[in-house]
Amino acid sequence: MPSSPTHVSPTPAVQLESVRKVYQSGDDEVVALGHASLTVASDEIVALVGPSGSGKTTLLSIAGGLLRASDGTVLVGGEDITTYDQKQLTKFRGNNVGFVFQAVNLVPFLTATENLTVVAEMNGRGGSAAKQRAHALLEQLGLGHRKRNLPDQLSGGERQRVAIGRALMNEPGLVLFDEPTSALDSKLGVQVMELIRSEIKGRQTAAIIVTHDTRMTEFADRTVEIADGELLPT
Amino acid sequence: MKLALLELRRRPGRFAVIGTALVLLVLLMLFLGNIRSGLFLGSTGAIRIHEADRYVFSEDARESILRSEVTEVGLRELERIDGVADARGFGVSLLGVQIPGESEVADGAIGGYEAAGGRLPEPPPIGQGLADEGFQDLGLSLGETVLVGPAEVPVEVIGWIDDSNYLLQNGLWVNGETWRQIQNANRPDAIIGPDEWQIALVDFAASADAAATTAAIESLIGGDALDERDAMFAIPGVPEQNATLTAVIYATGFVVALVVALFFALLTLERIGLYAVLKATGASDGTLVAGLITQAVTVALISVVFGGVLSFLLGLAVPPEVPLVATVGQTVFTLIAVVIAAVLGGLVSLRRIIRIEPASAIGAGL
Ligand SMILES: Nc1ncnc2c1ncn2[C@@H]1O[C@H](COP(=O)(O)OP(=O)(O)OP(=O)(O)O)[C@@H](O)[C@H]1O
Ligand SMILES: [Mg+2]
Repeated sequence: MPSSPTHVSPTPAVQLESVRKVYQSGDDEVVALGHASLTVASDEIVALVGPSGSGKTTLLSIAGGLLRASDGTVLVGGEDITTYDQKQLTKFRGNNVGFVFQAVNLVPFLTATENLTVVAEMNGRGGSAAKQRAHALLEQLGLGHRKRNLPDQLSGGERQRVAIGRALMNEPGLVLFDEPTSALDSKLGVQVMELIRSEIKGRQTAAIIVTHDTRMTEFADRTVEIADGELLPT
Repeated sequence: MKLALLELRRRPGRFAVIGTALVLLVLLMLFLGNIRSGLFLGSTGAIRIHEADRYVFSEDARESILRSEVTEVGLRELERIDGVADARGFGVSLLGVQIPGESEVADGAIGGYEAAGGRLPEPPPIGQGLADEGFQDLGLSLGETVLVGPAEVPVEVIGWIDDSNYLLQNGLWVNGETWRQIQNANRPDAIIGPDEWQIALVDFAASADAAATTAAIESLIGGDALDERDAMFAIPGVPEQNATLTAVIYATGFVVALVVALFFALLTLERIGLYAVLKATGASDGTLVAGLITQAVTVALISVVFGGVLSFLLGLAVPPEVPLVATVGQTVFTLIAVVIAAVLGGLVSLRRIIRIEPASAIGAGL
């Protein structure tokens, strides 16, 4: 439910309460998350670190409404999405969450601008306003001169920046990054992290950034560790 | 939807293979359809030209014009039936027609008729005839006298008539007496009496009850009174020809659906990553499926245009002996059939698209 304006403290961007996720693989059950609880404030950047297979991507997917939890409660921006069906989740994602994936996954036949506007169009917000917003975002991301380029005419770092622009396009309250710098060299990685921090902070938006690389955690307000599907006390 | 059309515009090469395949299939469908129309119209002109309400066959004719036999007396009796406005006699003989100055004998369908009706004017005087325009291509000119059959009965051509052929033989229309003269001189084994015809063409009075009048005609004659459609399909070979070509046309339509299904199924496999990302960023299944169907239909429509142009050019190139007739109905049918086949073919990928997990965009749930 949307927050009531009389609340003193703003609604947290994410509230996970004892979230469990069990994958069914054949006859086996894989517990990817066991009773994970996490609260992310509305303007907070949280880094999520942990070894491979520890459940980072799973947690991110649940917080972003890409997956449903097996158990527990998921509130995003105060909205309880725990019981949403696929259709409701699709709409919810389009309106509230931005994603930056490890594999950048831009639409190959669309220009940088169009890769941003397509997200708005898919959610029924196309038109010239969307185009203006896309141009403004690309300018901020230092891609003003690349607006009309197709993804394969862009460098890896530029593509990642377009992907960040796409995630911000619908003005989400929460942006989720899954290893946004793993495909970049460390210098470029630092640049992209700086950019992410300034974009997120400039918007008063929340973000969860999954990373393997502990050097990237300095760009977050807080670091949360995860191992074997359990969040470790900090 | 916009995304789907943009992809078509930006990457036409990706759709070149399916486009080419569909153009060829559309061309084949149109060609087969035009042959079907050509064969059908070329076989049935001599029926349609009368525009009669009923085509009446005698008792033992089993719906064959050549086996049927009605007399002048029989015709006048038919006219006394309630609901019958008039009955006209008609007969046809298939014989060679020697055009002056031509080395080859042309095939002719010599139609004898009693009175004006439908598209036929008053019967010409004895020894004269109206020739189908198809004879023009074979070198016949107005005013010339053709010799009919081995007995070489002369008929002077005094006018043209359109779409009057029978069993793909060009129509030559004469009065009853000339027809009998031609038939009896060339077929001494099957002499036709002076007041005999083969079938009766019956026109209903405006107020007639069709079913009751038909029943009265059949009980009087003892044979069949067929409407125009049934009379056309009673011509030997016509139903078989039509059914065969129709089956091949539908089979081609099925191949269109199959080709579209296969192409877009492969494309969907290739697009799993893209679809997952779009779903993750808020695209509904409906939007994605609609985009795919839009692409299938657009490719189909473009193919119909190109296929249509090619079919037209092919029609100009084929020799006149090939009975091709392009009809608006056939073209519209092909258009609709190809679009429906494209939609059905595209829908084959529906399940696969719906089953793509948005979570797979981020690498979870894989
Ligand atoms: N669809 C699935 N079916 C079965 N098990 C799964 C599935 N998806 C993930 N898992 C398992 O769940 C656990 C957590 O996976 P997850 O992808 O969240 O880890 P991660 O921390 O993101 O790892 P990495 O750093 O390698 O990306 C792993 O043991 C993984 O094998
Ligand atoms: Mg992961």
